[in-house]
Amino acid sequence: MSNLPPGTVLPGLRFKQRFPLLSLIIERCVLSIILLFAVSVLIFGGLEALPGDFATTYLGQSATPQAVANIREELGLNRPVVTRYVEWLGNAVKGDFGTSWASKNSVGEQIGKRLGNSLFLAGFAALISVPLAVSLGMLAVHYRNRMPDKIINVISLAAISLPEFFIGYLLIMFFSVKFGIATFPATVFDGMGFVDRLKAIALPTATLVLVVLAHMMRMTRAAILSVMSSAYMETAELKGLSAFRAIVKHAAPNALAPIINVIALNLAYLIVGVVVVEVVFVYPGMGQYMVDAVTVRDMPVVQACGLIFAAVYIFLNMTADILAIVANPRLRHPR
Amino acid sequence: MNDYTKYLAGRVTAGGLSRREFMGRAMAAGVTLTLADKLFTESAMAAEPKRGGHLKLGLEGGAATDSKDPAKFLSQVMFCIGRCWGDMLVESHPLTGAAVPSLAESWEPSKDAATWTFKIRKGVKFHNGKELTIDDVVATLKRHTDAKSESGALGVVKSIKEIKADGDNLVLTLTEGNADLPLLLTDYHLVIQPNGGYDDPLASIGTGPYKQVSFEPGVRATFERNKDDWRTDRGFVDSIEIICMNDATARIAALSSGQVHYINRVDPKTVDLLKRAPNVEILATAGRGHYVFIMHCDKAPFDNNDLRLALKYAMDRETMVKKILGGYGKVGNDFPINSTYALFPEGIEQRKYDPDKAAFHYKKSGHSGSVLLRTSEVAFPGAVDAAVLYQESCKKAGINIEVKREPGDGYWTNVWNVQPFSTSYWGGRPTQDQMYSTAYLSTADWNDTRFKRPDFDKLLLQARSELDEAKRKELYRAMAMMVRDEGGVILPMFNDFVNASTKQVKGYVHDIGNDMSNGYVATRVWLDA
Repeated sequence: MSNLPPGTVLPGLRFKQRFPLLSLIIERCVLSIILLFAVSVLIFGGLEALPGDFATTYLGQSATPQAVANIREELGLNRPVVTRYVEWLGNAVKGDFGTSWASKNSVGEQIGKRLGNSLFLAGFAALISVPLAVSLGMLAVHYRNRMPDKIINVISLAAISLPEFFIGYLLIMFFSVKFGIATFPATVFDGMGFVDRLKAIALPTATLVLVVLAHMMRMTRAAILSVMSSAYMETAELKGLSAFRAIVKHAAPNALAPIINVIALNLAYLIVGVVVVEVVFVYPGMGQYMVDAVTVRDMPVVQACGLIFAAVYIFLNMTADILAIVANPRLRHPR
Repeated sequence: MNDYTKYLAGRVTAGGLSRREFMGRAMAAGVTLTLADKLFTESAMAAEPKRGGHLKLGLEGGAATDSKDPAKFLSQVMFCIGRCWGDMLVESHPLTGAAVPSLAESWEPSKDAATWTFKIRKGVKFHNGKELTIDDVVATLKRHTDAKSESGALGVVKSIKEIKADGDNLVLTLTEGNADLPLLLTDYHLVIQPNGGYDDPLASIGTGPYKQVSFEPGVRATFERNKDDWRTDRGFVDSIEIICMNDATARIAALSSGQVHYINRVDPKTVDLLKRAPNVEILATAGRGHYVFIMHCDKAPFDNNDLRLALKYAMDRETMVKKILGGYGKVGNDFPINSTYALFPEGIEQRKYDPDKAAFHYKKSGHSGSVLLRTSEVAFPGAVDAAVLYQESCKKAGINIEVKREPGDGYWTNVWNVQPFSTSYWGGRPTQDQMYSTAYLSTADWNDTRFKRPDFDKLLLQARSELDEAKRKELYRAMAMMVRDEGGVILPMFNDFVNASTKQVKGYVHDIGNDMSNGYVATRVWLDA
């Protein structure tokens, strides 16, 4: 670029140079959509490759060849894969996920409910865990290598080392079976009051908070600590800022990018990765829905769930990237 | 029954004696286990039921994929739900297994048992207020017997050639005589629906004791009492809530913390721990389901009856029941029938673990080298452990078993009924005829042992249309001997249905028909405050 006379703007670069942030965001969005496409192919292909098809698996031991043939005929399983893929994708783009092969319910409607439940649980867990993790992280930095830091570290490491179902069982044992103060099972259903819902999700939320806390807390701690060793923090210290103020005003903003990243990852996990917690607490979320569908090869449901899970991951990662760029102007101009 | 047993039975009726206490004392007084069990159930049934209350069940076996259409009922939860809102034409007696009237008041076979006339009950109303008519019954059976149907009962009712109404009576014509037809109609798919369910198969409208209020597949279903129920001997609680709990630990936690009144599928491995909970009652019912090791009679080396006999003698049944079922089951005798079936052939010698005989037959078979057994955790609970246990007991007879653990996913498609030697599970069937027709008839789709014997088929068909019970019993005995001594099935055990409830739950009927009091648990029990 340095060879060009000053003031010249290459036609292709004009938009990019004038709106570097916007063009980056658009680029990310387009990439995400392409990625989602690729995922849809993988999902469809992967399901085709699974052993056994819906008709035999669904009917199990009570299947007769006649019933199996009837089901295959009705669902059009005899048609070529590509035809079925194109048809499915065309409808999915329009937001129509079809009907479940097994229950004949509308997949979109079911997912609406289940995704709502999953988001409700994940939202609450995030609402508690994210501020808690970030503030605990900052606290740990403030008291680094002293008692509070060590206590925070040991407890969060212990929580992350236990498998989530085990934490769940422990909570159930103490709070539900022994003391009888918490609601179990955490089954939520249509027409349940908001307060009852909150009570129902208390234990699963606590489990999730314990599971994701350590990861985010330690990342916050590490990121801030690495900033703390830079020159400008020394300056801040030398000009007489209090330690806490130095962390909050100067260190934290510069440590944002990695923190945002780990938060996004954990949010995605809270939505799509909690099937074990759902099973343990009998919570009707997306994970449980997908597992049920995989067991009987209920393709429309599995495909829809897979696509939504992928979309959640891609969207959160994209948001994290964009936020990181916003937080750190240097990232806007790739070298 | 002596005076002391009578006194005990009276205490049970009054609700003052638990099952465990009664069984213990009655057996100490010299009553056999089977009789004590029967006495207890009868006495408990005689107790004065209380009405009212909200019953909560935590059940394994529901999924988001469950369909409300009775034709497509598959899971345990739907089995139980269907029994709440619907009725079949015929029910089976909980203790004897005989056919008893339900929506069909009475029935009459023709001499060759090929034409049956059922008198349909009058004055029964569906939940939507419509009166049950013969047309609804005809339409229901037509929907399930249609060759295009996806009904789970299709295999059961395929021998029905013609369904028609004769005035208010139902006349069924079969392709061949079948003395067991009424029992076939107890199948849980055959819920009588208005217009046979052609209008709206998912409406959940029937003639049962409870009306469905809400239903979310794989999550929860609720019911309220049907005030116009045509029967007074059922439907004691005001409302029912069924929650799907597929995690065993969650079920146990929910029961022991009193959040639900009843759970199914208690793992034999944890039953002793659950027993310690103060408010919990273990409900074990003898069942017809059995765990099997299946050999293909037409594939080498299993096409040699000496080898099959060797493998049968090398099975340590007692240990299997003790270790794999935790004692909650009965030993099997290498044929798929036990004493819970009507016309059970008594007096067949129990086959025992005998390494010497096994070694003798093994040598005679001329086979050498190892035998490959495929298994998977999904075949039955503890199947892998059972296979390893079997490997050990075979070793003593000088037979080397190689155990191959297959993935659970796709086991029923790729291994069972495909590979020559594998572990599997069979649920019971309402009749001996049906059990044999499903798995041992030469032409059966699920003849998973490839047991193909024209002489056996002949006996089966002969027994099917035989109305004389004594003669039928003889025929069934001959068939049992054939399967036991020449068949490809090693049948070490029949598993009990192990469920549990809180002590508030009264009137539980140990129905030999199927699990969860043959699915009727919610309509039969009441809550003691």
